[in-house]
Amino acid sequence: MISIAPVRKQVTVAASQQQAFALFTEGMSRWWPATHSTLKSPLKQYVVEPRVGGRWYAVAEDGSTGQTGYVIEWQPPQRLVLAWQLSADWQFDPELVTEVDIRFIAESDSSTRVELEHRNLQRMGERAAQIRGMVDAPGGWTAVLESFKKCATA
Amino acid sequence: MTYQAAFLALADPTRRQVFEQLRHGPKAVGVIAAQMPVSRPAVSQHLGVLKKAGLVADRAEGTRRVYYIDPQGLASIRIWLDQFWGDALTAFKAELDKEGSGK
Repeated sequence: MISIAPVRKQVTVAASQQQAFALFTEGMSRWWPATHSTLKSPLKQYVVEPRVGGRWYAVAEDGSTGQTGYVIEWQPPQRLVLAWQLSADWQFDPELVTEVDIRFIAESDSSTRVELEHRNLQRMGERAAQIRGMVDAPGGWTAVLESFKKCATA
Repeated sequence: MTYQAAFLALADPTRRQVFEQLRHGPKAVGVIAAQMPVSRPAVSQHLGVLKKAGLVADRAEGTRRVYYIDPQGLASIRIWLDQFWGDALTAFKAELDKEGSGK
């Protein structure tokens, strides 16, 4: 099995743990890089529904939405784990789950270290292989073509 | 292919822009060039480097050649995410600093 190293990043911010957690979640639209969106229309809002199982999605200016994933862990103000469900070709895939684990570590009342880890990236490759396998399997395109052939020759 | 080769290929900002152009699906050289202030031969050259680094693949589509992000080249995804989360956390910090100074 292919293993791929997780992406790890950290940043120290001049804010309390509560402020940092709030901006990261409720305030995501204010800092999410606007250039990085899977939507065709400009990004208007990025929403993290504040509960386990809540959806994580983007809303474009034209009203269209695009889901990125869902909330796996919701532990304000210490920790947040989000499921990133965009495949290697940037499509939302409900069967794919890669995790973005974000920890907010209070260094003082006004300083917080934010550690982010995006892991299980190899699942993107496994899922791509699985989809290819489904298409190639007897129940996939072969079955569709067989049934087409039957109808066409009947 | 190594991550390092892929990182080096994306170190060039213009090349990175060419790579980003493929995020929404396969595109022909001419289509990419039309959306950028660089010539078609320059775009071809950048695509050649990206291909060699295992970041993109190409296929013939009628009379033209289209390029796409190689979904099996997981290195490309990792690099993109690495840069993305770096940019995102920098923007997150900047927003908090702005909030702090506004008080």
